[in-house]
Amino acid sequence: MGTYKIQDLVDGLGLEIISNNISLDVDITGVYIGDLLSWVMANINRGNVWITIQTHVNTIAVASLAEACGIIIPESAEIDANTIAKAEEHNIPLLRSKLTAYELAKRISNIVDKK
Amino acid sequence: MTVIKLVYEIDKQDFVKAGQASSEIKKVLKQLGVASEITRKVAIATYEAEMNIVIHSFGGYIEVIIGETGIKIMAKDRGPGIKDIELAMQEGYTTASDKVRELGFGAGMGLPNIKRCADEFQIKSILNKHTELDVFIRL
Repeated sequence: MGTYKIQDLVDGLGLEIISNNISLDVDITGVYIGDLLSWVMANINRGNVWITIQTHVNTIAVASLAEACGIIIPESAEIDANTIAKAEEHNIPLLRSKLTAYELAKRISNIVDKK
Repeated sequence: MTVIKLVYEIDKQDFVKAGQASSEIKKVLKQLGVASEITRKVAIATYEAEMNIVIHSFGGYIEVIIGETGIKIMAKDRGPGIKDIELAMQEGYTTASDKVRELGFGAGMGLPNIKRCADEFQIKSILNKHTELDVFIRL
């Protein structure tokens, strides 16, 4: 995977930027999809963007500790105000999409796996 | 020899504060210039220990001692104790409630994850009294 940034995903997928005042000029090392927090902690790679339907405040601790580069919430899921505040506090870009995790994965793959 | 000791009280069922102790511990390690791979292991181990106290116990505390050879993590709670430790160590086994599982917790990976990060791992529990986790991660 070449060097892509969160900003590239925002532009390519029309993602909604939920967190305020956080730089999107952040390199992405890959993508991880998962909703079981301990499983994600154990298996996500540093710098991965994390796609999850979990929108409660604890996702930010997981993202921060596991060093995910950002979180994308699929299916326009509603996001807790606490989660947004915590994301801003921990400098984790929090984004949202209408698409499902599967559709996001396909489209991200189209962007980053271009031959 | 200088050691740094950090102690955090962890309240039962406090999902809002959950993860805060681990985040602070990680911040200290980063400030001390500890290698990122070690910091990551400590972050995962303390987070899982912290969440276990929040989800499964009556409350407790986490003590981290950063020494010259490595980082010692001790997590102790006020009960209720673990009936079958071998079962608790099994990947996928959980006693978490449905409500907690809906939030993505209770994957049954907590203790196995901690053990995987640790160079030394010991868990002791007395039913109706307490559970104590002792972990050492080498620098």
